This record gives sequence, structure tokens and C-alpha cells, in this order.
Amino acid sequence: MSSGTLYDKVWDLHCVADLPGGATQLFIGLHLIHEVTSPQAFAALDDKGLPVRCPERTVATVDHIVPTISQERPFSDPLAEQMLSTLERNCARHGITLNGLGSGRQGIVHVIAPELGLTQPGMTVACGDSHTSTHGAFGAIAFGIGTSQVRDVLASQSLAMSKLKVRRIWVENRLTDGVFAKDLILHVIRTLGVKAGVGYAYEFAGPAIEVLSMEERMTLCNMAIEGGARCGYVNPDQITFDYLKGRAEAPAAEIWDRAVAWWSSLASNDDASFDDEIRFDAAAIAPTVTWGITPGQGIGVDERVPISDQLDPADRPIAEEAYRYMHLAPGQPIEGVPVDVCFIGSCTNGRLSDLQAAAAVARGRHVADGIKAFVVPGSEQVARAAIKEGLDQVFREAGFEWREPGCSMCLAMNPDRLEGSQISASSSNRNFKGRQGSSSGRTLLMSPAMVAAAAIAGRVSDVRQLS
Amino acid sequence: MTETTAFPQGPIGRVSGRGLVLRGDDIDTDRIIPARFLKCVSFEALGEQAFADDRKELAGAHPFDQPEHQGASILVVNDNFGCGSSREHAPQALMRWGIRAVLGVSYAEIFQGNCLALGIPCATAMADQIRALQDAVEADATAEWTLDLHALSFSDGSTSQTISLASGSLDMLRTGQWDATGQLVARDAELTRTMEALPYLNGF
Ligand code: SF4
Repeated sequence: MSSGTLYDKVWDLHCVADLPGGATQLFIGLHLIHEVTSPQAFAALDDKGLPVRCPERTVATVDHIVPTISQERPFSDPLAEQMLSTLERNCARHGITLNGLGSGRQGIVHVIAPELGLTQPGMTVACGDSHTSTHGAFGAIAFGIGTSQVRDVLASQSLAMSKLKVRRIWVENRLTDGVFAKDLILHVIRTLGVKAGVGYAYEFAGPAIEVLSMEERMTLCNMAIEGGARCGYVNPDQITFDYLKGRAEAPAAEIWDRAVAWWSSLASNDDASFDDEIRFDAAAIAPTVTWGITPGQGIGVDERVPISDQLDPADRPIAEEAYRYMHLAPGQPIEGVPVDVCFIGSCTNGRLSDLQAAAAVARGRHVADGIKAFVVPGSEQVARAAIKEGLDQVFREAGFEWREPGCSMCLAMNPDRLEGSQISASSSNRNFKGRQGSSSGRTLLMSPAMVAAAAIAGRVSDVRQLS
Repeated sequence: MTETTAFPQGPIGRVSGRGLVLRGDDIDTDRIIPARFLKCVSFEALGEQAFADDRKELAGAHPFDQPEHQGASILVVNDNFGCGSSREHAPQALMRWGIRAVLGVSYAEIFQGNCLALGIPCATAMADQIRALQDAVEADATAEWTLDLHALSFSDGSTSQTISLASGSLDMLRTGQWDATGQLVARDAELTRTMEALPYLNGF
């Protein structure tokens, strides 16, 4: 059993009671909601005649269903319009802040809560979305929940939970040039598999993690769930505090020092014990690309699609399925695979530094003929900051479309989607069959810089070789 | 829609109300709520859509459409009720129409679990006893019946029948533990104490 870790400390502070049946009632410090998983939860609350317990600790935005070309209301899709107006009604009725379209604060839920300073170290954060693990980057315990649990949090600001085990992912050295947090997490998932984290929280630590920016840490924790870990976190440090200072919802100047002192005390102790530890060498990681239909089917850009015989027997059936679905042959180099669509965005890689990295590749170059390439900032704030730096112009001049903020083609609950068996280079987090809106659509996950490189070349390319 | 009473909440000791008979074995969840009604932002409209296709076919003759049954709350069915798809929309549709308890010969397991999660008891009795009860319920649509989870009986004062319920569900219904939300809401004093001790809620 773990002890002295950040996870243990935060868990203990939020325990409300032991429930009959063995679960723990855990207080939720920040509840984030959006239009897709909240409507039935609000309806269930009405059925029970219950109010929202802590509207002031509940924050809403709209992201999944919003179109990214024109956000004019009413939306052309009536169901999307209905979902948004339902959210608006529910928030107004219960006194919940909605960061709506045009508010200047709207965006993907996992992008806006950190940038507004809502997500802070030592909190428990829940949201009806599996990528809630993102917020762990701040040293929060953050996890995705289902609709019936959204109802429970609305009603009681708490959840019935069982404690997870803690695995430390210790990363030595430093990532090399052209290799990003996205590559690191794809490498971890590729190595451990997509189910290894089930029942665990992942603590990411070590020299390579300590030098990551907050945005990189968010990318890392965002995809913990793709490795099976419902939550992933990084201990808070000076980089965390510097990021938070001065943000709209961060602690005010008068209490800032006390906040920092408390946050600092939460980091895992030097003598903390973990249930498990796995070590990686950051310097040995190459830009990583998925070739298959799970985020665990990744390889270095300089590697070949694995041959079934060389895989663990348990991984062979899904590999066979992936060759067929992806139209890729075992033994084929991944570099050079032609792509049709290039998507830069999502809660994994839709932040300013992601756009900067992609723009650095795009600057002075042009998207290859026949390629559809588009950039979707993760939030209105990200869009503003990018425009201020002229990144939108860099992208436009290079032949990328510049869009309005939203989840976009990460999951295609909006007009952005693949057609037929199109293949995308995508900075998002899931490459499941049909994920990007076409039942035969194919997805290659990679970093934003690698997506930009693929757009320029029209095929998967090693961003390190573009000079 | 004929919602008359509040949705179930807390411990459930008895359900009282008028009865309603729906005859036939193997009534599946697709009949209870056809698949096209699943795309929705709330369960609200489901009550009107309960048995939509059967009702359309019977053009007013379906028990759910007959005026004398509006406001009924105890549904008496036959064997293997609620089989087929696992959709929780099925018990939601029944509950929103007004049903608060079901009595029958047997149920599909998932349907029964979904009912329990809403606080709707699924009680059972033998096949011939159910048939006799269906006759009695139909004989007088205005009679008030009580399904008693402590006495384990179904009665209208003159007719009375022993019923059973799986012991796990019975316990959860009687104590109110079927309701996860209820359990969490019940510990509000502890919740407040936890909040008072959390530095980030109290100026650090
Ligand atoms: S960007 Fe994708 S993964 Fe992230 S919240 Fe939106 S749909 Fe979910």
C-alpha cells in the first residue's frame, strides 16, 4: 500500500465518511461539466427534487458539440443546439457559471479550467469526461466519471469511490529536440499497454518530468487514462506556482504565500512508498506515432509496423485487426505513410505551446497538395494568445485552416470528421476505429509538431529532419 | 403523461396505488421503449413514449392508453418481463409513466437491476397466483392495492397474496441503500466538516 504520496495526502483530506459496502465518500473540490454528459444528470436531480449542493464549486463550458467554422446560434444541427440550450438552462436555473461561446473563457473543459486558475494543487477534480486526468498536472487528484456520478456530485459534491494504488513512473534524463510530452506518454503507453494502469493512479516524476512546462505536464496526464490509469499527476513545484500566479481564479495576492506553502506540503515525501515503480529513459525516446487502433499501438517514427510473430501472443489478435483496418502491412516503415487530413487541437495538444511548436514547423513552408490541414485552438484564450503572436497568420500562409475553439475532430460529435477511409495525422488522444467520425476512418496519433510535418510532406515524416 | 407521485426516494417500505395489468410473457425492452427514443438529452419525454409501438398498433386499446388506468402505479405482468437490450431507458419510461412497483412471475436480470437503481421493486409470485391477481385487478380498476415490502404481501383489503423479492434487493429497498445519491446526501454534516477543514476552501 502506498503511503506519504501526494495521492494519499489529498485522498485523506477529502474523505467524508466510510460508506456501507466499503466505498469511501470523497469530497469533490472542483466539478467541471459540459453539454454532453450533464443533461440527464440534471434531469435525475430534478426527479429527486434535489438542489445542486455547491453551485459555486461547479463550472461549465461547452466544447464537444460546437462547430468550429461558424459558431453562430442557433447551430445548424438541432440536436447540438438542444444540448447547448439545455446546458444554458440548467446552469441558469442552478446558479452555475457557464463559460459560454464568446465569453472569452470558453473552450475545451480540460484547457479552460487550468488556464483560468480553477485547477489547483491538492484539489479533487471530477468531470464527466475521461480525460479529466489532465488536471493532475497540478498535483490535483482528477478523474473522469459517468453520468450517474455527475448526478451524485451535483447533489452531494461528493462521490462513492475506492482508493487506487499508486505507481510511480520515473523518467530519467531529458527529452531530446523534436521530442515532446506527447511522445513520452505515447511511449509509456506503448511500453506498458493500455490496461496496465487499471486500478492505479500514476505519479509522473524524475528529472525529465521536473523540467516539463505545465502545458507539457497536462499533455502527459491527459493521456494517463489511455494507459488505463484513471488519474495521473505530477507533484506541484515552482513551475506549477509560476503558472498559476495571477490567473483569474487563482488565490489572490494576500493569501498567495500561504497557498504556496500548503501546496508545497502536498508533494510526495522523499520517503513515500509506492505500490509499484517503473523507470524510463527520456533521452531514448523518439517522436512516436501510433500505427494501429489503440493508443498502445505506437512506434518510433524511425521504426516499422511490428510483425505479429514478434509481438506478445496476447497482442497479436488486435495487431491483425489493426493491419486490416489501417491498411498497413506488418514490417512497413511508418515514415512515409501518406495522410489525407491533418488535425492540430484537442485537450491533449490544443494549448498555446502546442500551436507554437506546430507553427515553428509550418512557418515558411506549405501544406502538400491535396491535404486538408486545420488548427483548432483549445480555447478562446488560447486563440487570442496565438493571434496576438501572429500564429494564425503563420498557419494560414502555410495553407492550414484556422478554426474556432472546440473538441472538433477529436471525436466528431460536431461537423468536423473524416470521410470514408481517410487517414489523419492527429494531435488528439484516441485512434479507436471510427473515433473521428467515419466508421472506416483511420487515425495516426502524434505530437502537434509531427502533425505539422506530416501536413507539409503529405506523409508521416520525422520532424527532427526538417531543419 | 400521468405522473402522479414523486419519484422513489429513501427507504421503500410499501407502494400503494391502483393496479394495471399487462398480459404476456417475454415482453422485451424494445417494446417497453423503442430504440429510436434513446437519442435524447433527458429521460423526461420517455413516459409518453412507453410502449409507443404497441400502443400505436392497438390504437387506444392498450392498457397504458385506457382512461381508467391513468394514474395507476403498480404494474402486474407475467413471465420474463423486460428481456432484451440492457437500456435503462426502459424502467425510466415506466417510472415516468407512473409505475412505482412491478409484480410478475419473473424478470430479466438486467431490467430488474435497472429498476432497483431507480427504487422500483420487482416482486414475484407463482404463475397461477399472478393470473388470479391479474383477474382481481382487472375486475375493479378503481381498487387501491398495496405492495408491502415488510409483510411481503400484495392486497386490496379483501384479496391478499404473499409475494417475494430477492433478499439483496429487498434489503436495499427497505433501507434506502438502492439510492447512491441518497446515501451521499445523507452525510451532509460530515461533508460540511470536511469542507471546513480544507485549506483551499478557507483562505489557506
Ligand atoms: S478534446 Fe477530445 S478527449 Fe478532449 S474533452 Fe474533447 S472530445 Fe474529449
